[in-house]
Amino acid sequence: MSQIATPTTETCPECGATITFARAPRRHEIVRCPDCGAELEVTGVSPITLALAPEVEEDWGE
Amino acid sequence: MRLTLLHTRVRVEERLLIDELERRGIAVEFVHADEAVLDLTAPPETPSEPHVLLDRCLSHSKALAVVRAYESRGAICLNPSSVTHVCGDKLLTTLALTDAGVPSPRTVAAFSHEGAIRAAEQLGYPVVIKPCVGSWGRMVGRLNDRDALEAVLEHKLTLGGPQHGVIYLQELVRKPDRDIRAFVVGGRTIAAIVRHSEHWITNTARGGRAEGLPVSPELDDLCQRAAAAVGGTELSLLAIDLMECPDRGLLVCEVNSTMEFRNSIETTGIDIPARVVDHVLHVAGTPAVVS
Repeated sequence: MSQIATPTTETCPECGATITFARAPRRHEIVRCPDCGAELEVTGVSPITLALAPEVEEDWGE
Repeated sequence: MRLTLLHTRVRVEERLLIDELERRGIAVEFVHADEAVLDLTAPPETPSEPHVLLDRCLSHSKALAVVRAYESRGAICLNPSSVTHVCGDKLLTTLALTDAGVPSPRTVAAFSHEGAIRAAEQLGYPVVIKPCVGSWGRMVGRLNDRDALEAVLEHKLTLGGPQHGVIYLQELVRKPDRDIRAFVVGGRTIAAIVRHSEHWITNTARGGRAEGLPVSPELDDLCQRAAAAVGGTELSLLAIDLMECPDRGLLVCEVNSTMEFRNSIETTGIDIPARVVDHVLHVAGTPAVVS
């Protein structure tokens, strides 16, 4: 799981808002768009790419 | 030591664990459950060094499969597949607790519409219906009368998959507006919280508020018994949910094999991810790195 070296920003794929990362995200990390509230998954880290996080499945849990 | 972290999403818990591992300089092999491809017929292996798999996968079905396959490859899995199997199914958990004499809410299983009506009459309304597999309080319902039960059954048996044909009904325990979550690491209860909510479902995933609770000898004893009941050993990492019944004392409601702890670090003062990493190192036979 590679990381980027410096914090950066990326655009929310749902609403287009700019999302600022205070620290380097990890692949598969979940972030929430501060504007539209969409739950997003980090699908790539160099460069950062975001996609809508998958819906919770029935057998998910702890 | 070789360490594999099985995961789906990287949530706060996974991030904290990864940060702790990195802080100690421990290399981690990340396996996303959706990306795993496992040759089930490859000859068994004997690892040249201790291989530990830490399961943080959200999907019960996928976790069970991947963990079992890694066990076949000689990995020590936290938790073992046998524990995940029981903890991931409320019906199996209830039976395991009952077999071990661990008190839990009265529960009846039924397998048809008519059977569920009879089961609810045995329990007395209100009853609580839960999916056998699932978490975070999802699809859990408080049914105050037969009309409500029939409406839920109609939907469940028509729209649900085959797994919804196993109907798990539980008494509604008259308890304070709180329940208890305790964390068992390697056979010891290391921390506990109470979760308050005005809603009868107190999961923090559903908005319940957490605060720390000192671990009493009674709580520790019951949690250890519950952990042993689901097949837990000194390997186990478990989160145990309990209710305080005014008449019967503490009742074990659930045992979770992929513990979530984001709300329980500041509230308890226990660095749970650090304790988990300590445990991983202990299981691997590697001396703990001094923090």
